Amino acid sequence: MSELLTVEDLTIGFHDADPVVEKVSFSVRSGETLALVGESGSGKTLSCRAVLRILPRAARIRSGRITLNGSAGRTVLTALSERRMRAIRGDAVSMIFQEPMRSLSPLHRIGNQVIEVLNLHGDQGTKAARKQVLDTFERVGFPDPERAYNAYPFEMSGGMRQRAMIAMAMVAKPEVLIADEPTTALDVTTQAQVLGLIKDLQRDTGMAVILVTHDLGVVANMAQHVVVMNKGRVMESGPAPLVLGDPAHGYTRKLFAAAPAIPQVANPAPAPSHHDLILDIRGVSKTYTMRGASWKAGATVQACRGIDLKVPRGKTLAIVGESGSGKTTCARIALGAELPDPGGEVVFAPEAGGPTIAVHAMDRAARTAFQRKAQMVFQDPYSSLSPRMRVVDALTEPLEIHRIGNRRDRRDKAAEMLAMVGLKRDMLYRYPHAFSGGQRQRLSIARALTLDPALLVCDEPTSALDVSVQEQILTLLEEIRDRVGLSYLFISHDLAVVARIADEVAVMRQGLVVEQAPPDTLFHSPRHPYTKALIAAQPTPDIARPIDLRLVSQGAGAPSSWPEAFRFSETAVPALAELAPGHKVRCHV
Amino acid sequence: MSTLPDGRYIDDAPFDPDENINRLDRADMDAPNWLLVWRKFRRHRLGLLSGAFLLFSYLMLPVAGFIAPYTPAERNADHLYAPPQAIKLFHEGRFVGPFVYPRTATADLENFRWTYETDRTRPMPLEFFCEGSEYRLAGLIRSDTHLFCAPQGATVFLWGSDRLGRDVFSRILYGAQLSLTVGLIGITVSFILGIGFGSIAGYFGGKTDWIIQRTIEILRSLPELPLWLALSAAVPSNWGPVAVFFIISIILGILDWPGLARAVRSKFLSLREEEYVRAAEMMGASSGRVIRRHLLPNFVSHLIASATLSIPAMILGETALSFLGLGLRAPAVSWGVMLNDAQNLASIEIYPWTAIPMLPIIVVVLAFNFLGDDLRDSLDPYES
Repeated sequence: MSELLTVEDLTIGFHDADPVVEKVSFSVRSGETLALVGESGSGKTLSCRAVLRILPRAARIRSGRITLNGSAGRTVLTALSERRMRAIRGDAVSMIFQEPMRSLSPLHRIGNQVIEVLNLHGDQGTKAARKQVLDTFERVGFPDPERAYNAYPFEMSGGMRQRAMIAMAMVAKPEVLIADEPTTALDVTTQAQVLGLIKDLQRDTGMAVILVTHDLGVVANMAQHVVVMNKGRVMESGPAPLVLGDPAHGYTRKLFAAAPAIPQVANPAPAPSHHDLILDIRGVSKTYTMRGASWKAGATVQACRGIDLKVPRGKTLAIVGESGSGKTTCARIALGAELPDPGGEVVFAPEAGGPTIAVHAMDRAARTAFQRKAQMVFQDPYSSLSPRMRVVDALTEPLEIHRIGNRRDRRDKAAEMLAMVGLKRDMLYRYPHAFSGGQRQRLSIARALTLDPALLVCDEPTSALDVSVQEQILTLLEEIRDRVGLSYLFISHDLAVVARIADEVAVMRQGLVVEQAPPDTLFHSPRHPYTKALIAAQPTPDIARPIDLRLVSQGAGAPSSWPEAFRFSETAVPALAELAPGHKVRCHV
Repeated sequence: MSTLPDGRYIDDAPFDPDENINRLDRADMDAPNWLLVWRKFRRHRLGLLSGAFLLFSYLMLPVAGFIAPYTPAERNADHLYAPPQAIKLFHEGRFVGPFVYPRTATADLENFRWTYETDRTRPMPLEFFCEGSEYRLAGLIRSDTHLFCAPQGATVFLWGSDRLGRDVFSRILYGAQLSLTVGLIGITVSFILGIGFGSIAGYFGGKTDWIIQRTIEILRSLPELPLWLALSAAVPSNWGPVAVFFIISIILGILDWPGLARAVRSKFLSLREEEYVRAAEMMGASSGRVIRRHLLPNFVSHLIASATLSIPAMILGETALSFLGLGLRAPAVSWGVMLNDAQNLASIEIYPWTAIPMLPIIVVVLAFNFLGDDLRDSLDPYES
């Protein structure tokens, strides 16, 4: 079988700077999936956008040839006029973008947006086009296509919107589908379902898929061919079993070493001891009142319900859950940034046996004392450092606020903290924008550490980073914990990330902790359907372990679809039962 | 690239798996914000040109008296409504240096207007660094030296003279002193109020925000022009020109702040969500500190740009008020006051040069707009 789409010696550059994509070649056949793997800045997105010629304005294709050898004969896409290119886009070659929240127009009904593709390319009548759209909706898994047709994007969840995007890309029956990180913005269970959908559609229509991703796990589940890119160059390319099974290039090996994974075999761990607690969260709920119209009371939303969590000194407690599960609310309450509903208590003990601070009822002085001992690391390294402050100003600020030491002391402390996170002292006088994401995350860790806290709350500290950097940051956090005796409350959506760092994991769903155990116990014998789904949905970079979609769809649905023993609703919630020592599950026993 | 026996491609450029974490990722970005903004702004030709022109204009203000050949109130009773005069270099093909031809005025009693006859036989060279009427440099130092002035027996009215025989060119230079500074003072007032209320509303939100927002809406719903008129009509007529000038600029500032406060508020709302602000709060920084150290520095550049864009409104406002006779009044000289003379159609038709003060207004307003636009474009230096 001949190649459907061939890219040869593609070089792309901005203005007259060095090329950002250099001599990249790949090809894909009908019915096959090619994965472009790489970290941010590797040029993978530019390479695939070049196929559709939708590059940023300043970017130019300097050399190379892109050939489409489809049913309409052989066309060289790089030499096509803009007018004829438009006929290709969305028809022969279509694309799915990363952000389902932003790639649909909020003012148009989903159906109208999808049918537009047919109006542009097809020549069938409105009725036939509408029928085709409805068929496609059914194919991508909308339970009620008619309703989806008339829905506006804001009525749908992220996963549903991504389905609508896929429908839009699929409706004209393209020969090549380019999916640019189609699942990165989605929760892991939704990701599994969307990947499964793309696979099914490919099997039915025999289209070729170019999948752009940074996740080797996704690659292992989807691709027949892999192209590994780094800094605009192809590092390694070949059939997936070979590249994934026995990586030959140093960079591929590094990626593999860094990829977080849930261990395949795990032994149940002993129950964690809860005698010396640094943070004790008891019976915490949080209800938000949505602002309604002034003449009627606002609706209430429960962000979290009856949370009991204990962080032992020197240990790490991880909270795992998808977006909207209430994990960030928990973290904010733990740090006193929000007050729990009456009845909830948060007790913080900075020193073993020492005086405790009631975080839920702090006055100004207690708050100041608390803030010296409990700090936070944020998610986005790009927005967590003020662009106007030099590193030294950012690092000495906490000391300045708490009036510790004089200028000199503060500067020395800042330098010491830099050394602790592996950066050199001469970085002190630089501006944050000179640093990469990983370096900035180190800086914000250093800033959180300048007050010598006892507890660090990490709110998804690695989810905005590349895998290899993520691995470095996790190692750094572990090192610091062991050196200084820190305790962590670690928030993450990624079970594999917490697998290595956490001593205990609490899985949250819809504001409730559904299962809580040490990670190994959890991986060995997950009891709750949602935990099972989370574990099953985690893509592993191993071709032999594909995602079990059945398990995922069983647990990822609404709580009412779970087996009787686990079901909960707004009002009736089963208690958290300790099934084995240290292993709690929310179920009716 | 090399191919392995199993058909894989491998890049054979040397690869170092242990990257130095101390290597700067974007060394070119290692600069304070203003430098990055300047680097980007440098590429905007029009903005740069406008900026240079405005800088020149403002630098010229204190020495306007030196550049102008006449003082603003200096009358030349023999040359009422004299048309603009050219400075020439060549007389009958011979190089003389800058000179003017003397003119004599005769009253045209049939049409009731002055007609001027130029004597083209006698070139009269201009004098440089000459003594003229007395003025004060920067309002302080007495001096009577002018850059150039007319020789004895001739006049140098580059842009003509007005109905009292005063030099329009000189008066435009003097008028710039008031017309250009009215914007600065007005914008200062508007800034203080706008930033103050805007940041309070944006940072604290809730009730405070609601009250400030409604106040702004009420202020904005008042018809602007009648309000101006009423406020300026309330200025006692026996006040000196300087006092009136200050009051006028403060009125302009007071009416301008709501727009700025809104901009500040919305910027605050978006900056508040930035994680560095949340981090500072978590560290225990007080609200004042968060506003001063984190929020303000991060949008001061936006403020400068929006200030640049609202100065023209102030200048136009002053001009409009003075044109209507409600702003500055003679003997103060401003562009609006000068245009007051050009109010009736007849005088513009017969003596079009009395409307020349419009030109500097147009040029200055355009320059501010170009500068502000390009500044705004270069404000986000972090995206490449």
